Amino acid sequence: MLIKKTADLRESDVTPKETFLRRRDFLAAAGSTAVAVATNGLGFTGTPTASAQNPAAQKLANLKKSPFSTDEKLNSYKDITTYNNFYEFGLDKADPGKYAHTLKPKPWSVVVEGQCAKPGSYNIEDIMKYAPLEERIYRLRCVEAWSMVVPWIGYPLSEFLKRFEPTSKAKYVEFKTLVDTKQMPGQTEPALNWPYVEGLRMDEAMHPLTLLGLGLYGEVLPNQNGAPIRLVVPWKYGFKSIKSIVRVRFVETEPINTWKQQQSAEYGFYANVNPQVDHPRWTQGSERRLGEFFRRKTLMFNGYGDQVASLYAGMDLRKNY
Amino acid sequence: MTQAQWRRRVFKPVVWLACLAPAALLLYNGFQGDLGANPVETITNTTGIWTLRLIVAGLAITPLRWATGVNLLINYRRVIGLFAFFYGTLHFLTYFILDHQLEFGGLWDDVVKRPYITAGFTAFVLMIPLAVTSTTGWIRRMGGKRWNLLHRLVYITALAGVLHYFWKVKLDATYPIYYGIGVAILLGIRLWRNYGPKLASKQ
Repeated sequence: MLIKKTADLRESDVTPKETFLRRRDFLAAAGSTAVAVATNGLGFTGTPTASAQNPAAQKLANLKKSPFSTDEKLNSYKDITTYNNFYEFGLDKADPGKYAHTLKPKPWSVVVEGQCAKPGSYNIEDIMKYAPLEERIYRLRCVEAWSMVVPWIGYPLSEFLKRFEPTSKAKYVEFKTLVDTKQMPGQTEPALNWPYVEGLRMDEAMHPLTLLGLGLYGEVLPNQNGAPIRLVVPWKYGFKSIKSIVRVRFVETEPINTWKQQQSAEYGFYANVNPQVDHPRWTQGSERRLGEFFRRKTLMFNGYGDQVASLYAGMDLRKNY
Repeated sequence: MTQAQWRRRVFKPVVWLACLAPAALLLYNGFQGDLGANPVETITNTTGIWTLRLIVAGLAITPLRWATGVNLLINYRRVIGLFAFFYGTLHFLTYFILDHQLEFGGLWDDVVKRPYITAGFTAFVLMIPLAVTSTTGWIRRMGGKRWNLLHRLVYITALAGVLHYFWKVKLDATYPIYYGIGVAILLGIRLWRNYGPKLASKQ
């Protein structure tokens, strides 16, 4: 259990200059939102557009469409970038959106090591070109029982991992997030054991649904969403989709992921979305899709059962939660 | 102005406004579309935390009277308690309507199965008789002694409310622990005042 000291005001608490300079746009936007609310009702106006939202962000073009995409209504760019669990920037879901500007996603390199023929350090510009970029519209289901629909950009993780020629000893792959208290001020608090660690079984990592996330909404990843490189594993709870990755290691034994270290009775290694296996404290049978008033039923494997159920044939998913 | 006029014209409206402000702000932000990406969560958390805050404020009145001798504070305990019940009701209804769509079966399953709901539900239900018997007429009918005894249920509400909060948070228990300490102090003062001297004299 964490008992946090009350934080003093930090430099990062100051409104960033560009936000301050745009405050009138914000007021104008608030005004138009008010009008929209008046016609649409309390706060549920999200009319997402697939156009770029952040003028400074690098655009990603020539995106392949994916048959794996859902045609459900997208959550807005605003929802996706202001409601994040990324404890490296604070524990409140609004914190990453406010404070992640301290992260420098360029230059960035990823160290690959362990059971593979081509270990080394690879920079993000090259990684972006390993495979054609696709747009994948996936459901994201958080272990806290809320969900979103996100238009990710990336390519299959398998395309990335194959290049390093994992050996037969590579049974799992482990990922680690950056540790740098200057870039990630939330790491000055021992909220979690830093660095954040996640892992996948090799067959999960190589599954065509598993995405190496490099962008969303037509742009490179916003910092608060795990820039510049993250996982997107749509049939697992969100905490499996590790952000801002700096280290990839092919290993023989099951990695001990951060949330399992933290509370192994509540969070396991597999973390497959499963409405039949409740969190010890709350139900996983239903969820609140952001933008909706009422809860909706949670689907087995977050609705990706047709593609992934066979990975777990014969396993007791109650034990392997 | 006489003291009675001060009370009626200044203190009472101030207490009312202070108690209503969180609800007003919530409503205002709601109409501005400014409740964040998960408005239901914002509404739930805001009404929940203000329930607990007002319970703590209500529990603080008597110890403050003892400490300061300002007995007129007692005039505001009822309104604070009733506002705690008001926020508690909003909190409960948000959950009952939006999570359970007013289905008693689902509510009961949750109450039985999930400790944080058990605690929160207990805290809320125990406030109902207190709200009902909050009128002067009820105090007269029950008699001060019995009325006081009944209204000690708020101690359980406070403790259950803290537990509810503590069990709900995913990781950071800082604030639930602060509230826990606050409630423990306020109840501890009462225990000490009632039993402390007796214990001391026995030794």
